[in-house]
Amino acid sequence: MLVDLFEYQAKQLFAAHGVPVGLGEVADTPEQAQAIAERIGGVTVVKAQVKMGGRGKAGGVKVAKTPADAAVAAEAILGMDIKGLTVHRVLVDPGAQIESEYYFSYLLDRSNRTFLAMASAEGGMEIEQLAVERPEALAKVPVDATRGVDLETAKAILTEARFPVEVLDQTADLIVKLWDVFVQQDATLVEINPLARVASGDVLALDGKVSLDENANFRQPGNEDLVDQDAADPLEARAKEKHLNYVKLDGEVGIIGNGAGLVMSTLDVVAYAGEKHSHVKPANFLDIGGGASAEVMANGLEIILSDPAVKSVFVNVFGGITSCDAVANGIVAALGMLGEAATKPLVVRLDGNNVQEGRAILNKAAHPLVTLAETMDDGADKAAELAATAAGN
Amino acid sequence: MSIFLNADSKVIVQGMTGSEGMKHTQRMLASGTRIVGGVNPRKAGESVDIDGTDIAVFGSVADAMGKTGADVSVLFVPPPFAKDAMIEAIDAEIPLAVVITEGVPVHDSTFAWAYNVAKGQRTRIIGPNCPGLISPGKSNAGIIPANITGPGKIGLVSKSGTLTYQMMYELRDIGFSSAVGIGGDPVIGTTHIDCLQAFEDDPDTAAIVMIGEIGGDAEERAAAYIAEHISKPVVGYVAGFTAPEGKTMGHAGAIVSGSSGTAQAKKEALEAAGVKVGKTPSETARLMRELLS
Repeated sequence: MLVDLFEYQAKQLFAAHGVPVGLGEVADTPEQAQAIAERIGGVTVVKAQVKMGGRGKAGGVKVAKTPADAAVAAEAILGMDIKGLTVHRVLVDPGAQIESEYYFSYLLDRSNRTFLAMASAEGGMEIEQLAVERPEALAKVPVDATRGVDLETAKAILTEARFPVEVLDQTADLIVKLWDVFVQQDATLVEINPLARVASGDVLALDGKVSLDENANFRQPGNEDLVDQDAADPLEARAKEKHLNYVKLDGEVGIIGNGAGLVMSTLDVVAYAGEKHSHVKPANFLDIGGGASAEVMANGLEIILSDPAVKSVFVNVFGGITSCDAVANGIVAALGMLGEAATKPLVVRLDGNNVQEGRAILNKAAHPLVTLAETMDDGADKAAELAATAAGN
Repeated sequence: MSIFLNADSKVIVQGMTGSEGMKHTQRMLASGTRIVGGVNPRKAGESVDIDGTDIAVFGSVADAMGKTGADVSVLFVPPPFAKDAMIEAIDAEIPLAVVITEGVPVHDSTFAWAYNVAKGQRTRIIGPNCPGLISPGKSNAGIIPANITGPGKIGLVSKSGTLTYQMMYELRDIGFSSAVGIGGDPVIGTTHIDCLQAFEDDPDTAAIVMIGEIGGDAEERAAAYIAEHISKPVVGYVAGFTAPEGKTMGHAGAIVSGSSGTAQAKKEALEAAGVKVGKTPSETARLMRELLS
């Protein structure tokens, strides 16, 4: 899992590692924006804080000559919708007289199982566009994770990217510090676009993009605070509190399964079945993992049943390590705990470890909402049919 | 025959004395694996009784290898210590290290991979975040249940654990030479391609099932490799057609970013390489049956 940061959070991390940035302050009202612009003095830039490229073109970045202008700009930008995301905050940065714009990033190169530095002396453009239109202007240099980036490596990368000689030393120093950000924060991406030479001759990061690896949270105690709570789906947020691996989707059939691959596959099979049943679709991804206890099953069912879009639920478990009797006991216990709150039909498919015991437990409980399915395909079809019927009423 | 793991494999367990390590060491022993030791520097010299079998605990991988001739290590070490455990296995030059641990930071697995490359790749790493591999009837290194099916002529490679189990179950009457779960992380030690080539070279494997999922371009690369180098029939399955862009679906590596990593693109690449791709696990099993009949 990844956490993408806002520009201001990225630049705060840069600054903490000594990477020069033009960093102002964040405002969520026009009045605050004006006060920040007064403290900065002179020209400022008011920038929408959304995790989406192309905000400049969408009108999310405005230059303000005076503090009063900054308030007007903030008024216009706050609440703006940029590609489906609402702007809740603006960053008020000191204005910069840009002489030249460059591009620089470090990222994980999955395909080659290495880290990669990407650099170009032609910045300011979306990098995907640059890569397509002028690939020769974009240097891609693998970075050996065991060696990292020292000054010598940094200069070699920048030379390959044809950075001008007059900025080579200070930019090399900057990208060595940016490597520290990348490694010490457990990032999978750190990007500066544009990296700019301003009128004073200094090179600094005018924008910043950072993605962090959630697997490293055990050694990155600050990461939890960087998650954007506003943007999280409320069901996803509740699932996360209960340590459930849940993703909300746009459909009617709730899904519970064990193992990420099997759950993904279950979503697909339900979607295919839905083609025959009023085009119902899977409502979520939920992986209860190995060793599904009654409590995990109850928490999962509770989240899914509280989604008003859900009309039926498909529980698809292949008992590998998990034993089917434990899953069956979990379902019975969960329905007991939920009592009258459980109102939607459940289709359950169990196979693998202790399957006979598991099916016997469900048969004995004979809960009116529960139907047993023999195979994954049958279960998906039945669940889709039940959802279509319920949606039709 | 089989790939990577056979009846003679001598297996040690790093992290054996933890709760997961104990549970799965017991299961591996029960399925016939030759477990010759565990590794825990704080319990070196002790031994652990597992269902009446005395398993010695060694202070290091190198020590365990020296005293037992071990050639496989299975790692159940928790994420904060997984990198050091991988480095230790690589330094000891153990031929196969199977990293079961889920939740290893990608900087650690990328570092370990670079370290292994710098050392000349004397160690084959499988995982992290994988169920391991089984050569039914011979040996089992990891957490794949041994009772789903027995030995046979199908080779299986998959990013996903439970889909491995599902597919073994669907084709349980035919059986498998080896089934390898390579893991769902963005950076893994053994790829689809490595397994495809090993199955191609294995005389006991007649046909191959390859299971992929959204994210990255490993399946596309595998497709290109199959077209060039694999003469045995391959049946494919890709999970995640309905996954939305930008959402991680359980596995750290399972994410569609922009137009890259989609199930559709992977399916098309495999089909272009002559691989029959099933829409569902059951259809995939059916395609394999038709192929072998």
